[in-house]
Parts: sequence; structure tokens; C-alpha cells
Amino acid sequence: MRYSGFKVLWEGLTGNKGWTRAWREPEPKAEYDIVIIGGGGHGLSTAYYLAKEFGLTNVAVLEKGWLGSGNIGRNTTIIRSNYLLPGNEPFYEFSMKLWENLEQDTNYNSMVSQRSILNLIHTDGQRDAFVRRANSMFLAGADAELVDAAQLKKELPFLDYDNARFPIKGGLFQRRGGTARHDAVAWGYARGADSRGVDIIQNCEVTGFQIENGSCLGVETSRGPIRAKKVAMCVAGSSGRVAAMAGMRLPIESHVLQAFVSEGLKPTLPGVITFGAGHFYVSQSDKGGLVFGGDIDGYNTYAQRGNLPVVEDVCEGGMAIMPMIGRARLLRSWGGVMDMSMDGSPFIDKTHIDGLYFNGGWCYGGFKATPASGFCYAHLLAKDEPHPTATEMRLDRFMTGNLIDEKGMGNQPNLH
Amino acid sequence: MIIDHPLLGPRDAAEFVYLGDAALIDRPDWQAADAMEQFHSYGYLRDNPAGQHQELWYHEQGDRSWLVVTRNTLTHEITAVELARDVARKRGRGK
Repeated sequence: MRYSGFKVLWEGLTGNKGWTRAWREPEPKAEYDIVIIGGGGHGLSTAYYLAKEFGLTNVAVLEKGWLGSGNIGRNTTIIRSNYLLPGNEPFYEFSMKLWENLEQDTNYNSMVSQRSILNLIHTDGQRDAFVRRANSMFLAGADAELVDAAQLKKELPFLDYDNARFPIKGGLFQRRGGTARHDAVAWGYARGADSRGVDIIQNCEVTGFQIENGSCLGVETSRGPIRAKKVAMCVAGSSGRVAAMAGMRLPIESHVLQAFVSEGLKPTLPGVITFGAGHFYVSQSDKGGLVFGGDIDGYNTYAQRGNLPVVEDVCEGGMAIMPMIGRARLLRSWGGVMDMSMDGSPFIDKTHIDGLYFNGGWCYGGFKATPASGFCYAHLLAKDEPHPTATEMRLDRFMTGNLIDEKGMGNQPNLH
Repeated sequence: MIIDHPLLGPRDAAEFVYLGDAALIDRPDWQAADAMEQFHSYGYLRDNPAGQHQELWYHEQGDRSWLVVTRNTLTHEITAVELARDVARKRGRGK
């Protein structure tokens, strides 16, 4: 069924009796060409692009829980491509371009809203760094705009420009950045993949790999064994656990990132705003809640909840740039488990086991990457060679020295 | 989280800085034939278990001692806290 404004109107007038399920609930077959482990945003977008761009439809997506129950439903919904390094920026800009056409492409309302993202500048040194970042963005074909405090005051009068400790000197805008409706992204990809013949199998936990003579021949699941020519891990947050079943140790630690939403308010924030001196980012959802977050808790964990010191730290960050946030009541907070990699950048690569592929290490930047991650992973699975924008996202880069360390922090995952 | 410091008693985890897996105590031999592989694995690869995890915490806002904390990464329950010095000596380190 094709969705359209006319369809909504027609169904509204005829009792909404014509809607059908957005995807099937098939039984797993005994064998597929490709089995994708993980029915989150990245797994579903991989399946979608495999079917749509590469014509591979004998594909299954195995999901342990329900579709989109992991980080695709837990993030702060920000989309942007304001990275620095050549290993990252072209990839994220490719993702941004896919976002811009996502709704037309999937025929699903993902509520992509290019309401802009702003990184605040608090020091002269930071301005220099952002000029460099803006130039790097231009090189990859992205947009960037440096603004001074006078212009910011006109656009965003509510920020604390004269904060004694962190005065605001300007900012770096990416006007094409913004937000999207995170669940709808998963649902749109699921519907698009399913309608092209991909089997999405929920409540199907992978419990082991069938590995013989260095080749992966399939997976063991809670619903029986499934053979596959290629097996694709796509379980960021649980990568450590799943890879351990294949005997792999990864350059990844699992950490928890908390997110917060306030009570619904009248339109207050025009776009996404990020603090440059601490770690704080905030936007306003279409329902009116202020959606915000900050640093990870900083210790290894697989629990989807964090502790109070970070709650305090995040709220202090908010108060430092936008004192009016102190008048809003916090409605909910939650946590999601992140694959924190050793250089803060992700992996889309083959493993040392034939037929076993790995996608993970998204740190806390996985949501914005959802379209390109799926596209590039599908490219790798279909052609056995990396997509041009993802050639550096290799698992062996720590051995070869080709790190993609945006912040220059070194192998300390909780600092990225 | 409360970390029961062996010398100072129960302290808030916010006083500590987290480093990572306590396997970092076991620095490889730089003269080994496969030192390159060993240091790659030491520096960059992690077991990252879901469950019991031994890890290094530094009491920065306290007595500046390094601790080995045994904590469950699924529940955050802490079951043992030792001085990293004692753990290293038990594993045969001289100092």
C-alpha cells in the first residue's frame, strides 16, 4: 500500500478500515543469502538498501526483541554532518543527503526536519578549531556557516552570552542539520525492506554462530538454526556479546548514555543547540518537550540505565548556556548502551572469518549515520568491497595506525 | 554507585576516575617476539563482558590510590574492591 495525503483523507472519511499491517510476520526459512543480526535502525536500513539498491531480497533480519527496541528508539534524534576528518566527514555527508530524500524514498513520514544545528563557540581557540572544521565540511560538500555573537543574539536571544565562565563568542551552524522522528525511521525502513521481500523476524535471538574451517555458514537462534551465505552483525550496544560468540575480541567497550526530556512547552528552540565548553545538546521535539543529553556515564555497562552524577552534570551544562531551562520540569530520563570504540569512530568491515561481517562501534553518533551505515554495509555485503565513503572504517586500523580519532583522545573509549 | 574503598570505606563513585579493564595491569613484554600483536591486543582489544568485570578506578578526589573493582556490568553491583597494588603483587609483579 502506498501512503499519501489523499489516502489519509480517504481513510479518515471512510472509518479508517482500509489500513493494513506495515510489514509481515514471517516464519524463519532454513536458509538465506544474507542474515542480518539486529533489527534496529542500521540493520533495517541495511536490509532496505540491499533490496532496493543491490537487488538482494533473499535476506532475513533477526531481532532478539521487537523491531527498533534498541538505540533507534532511545537517541536524541539529531541528524548532522559536521565532522572533521576525511575518514568520517564524506560518510556523514552522504548520510545527510540520504536523510534529505528519505521520506520520498521510503514513502514513509520520518518527520525529517532540517531545523539547523548550532555548535557554540566560547574561546578564540575554539573559533579557530571550528573554522578548520567548517573548511573540512566544505571539502566534503557539506554546508557550514560561522556566525558571531551579535548575529546569534538576534537569532537566539535566550542564551547566556555573558556567562562569566563560558561567555558565548559565536557559533558554527549547519543549517541542513536537524532532527528526525527516530522510531519512524526504523518503521519506514522495515516497511520498505519487507515490501521488497526481506523477512523481518522478531523475537528471534541469535545464540551462536556456525563456524567451520574459518567460514561462517549460519547462525543458531532461539527459533532454530538458519544457514546463510553471509552473516552480518549489526548490534551496536551489544557488539561485545554477539562477537564473543564468534570468538572475537573487539576494540570496543560498552557504555551507557543517558537522555532526558522535559514537559511539553510552547515553541522555544528553533533548532539543535550544543554547548562548546561542556557536553550538552538540546532540541525541542514536535510535541514540545526539550530533548537533551550530554556525556556518557564513563564505566563499562550493559545496563540501560545510568547514575545521578551524570544527570547533575548534564543539567549544569544546560543551565550554563540557557538558564531558562531551569524552569522546565524533567519528565523522563533513560539510558541506552553504546559501543564506545577505541578512537571514537565506527566500523563497517569484514571480519577475519569468511562470510562474517561487522557493523558497530557507533559510539553515541549512530542515529545520524543510520541511512549511510545501511547503504555502505549493504554495499560491502553485496560487492565484498567497501563503499567509497567508508573505506577507513576498518577493524584492523589500530594495527596499521590509521585511526580516525576526531578528538585526539587516544585509546580511552570513555573520553570520546 | 558506592565503592567500598579498602582503606577509606564507602565512597561515592563520582570521586573516582575510570580507566577500564583491569587486564591493563598485565603489560606485555616489549622484548617478546610477537610484542607488536601483544601490544595491539593490550592497547586496543577488550573482552567487554556482560556480567562480572574487573576494572581499574583511580581515587582522584581522595587518596589517589588505584583500585581494582569487581563489578557486574548488567546490574552495577560491586562485589569486591582491592588495592591495585595488592592485585599486581599477587600476579607476581615486583613493585
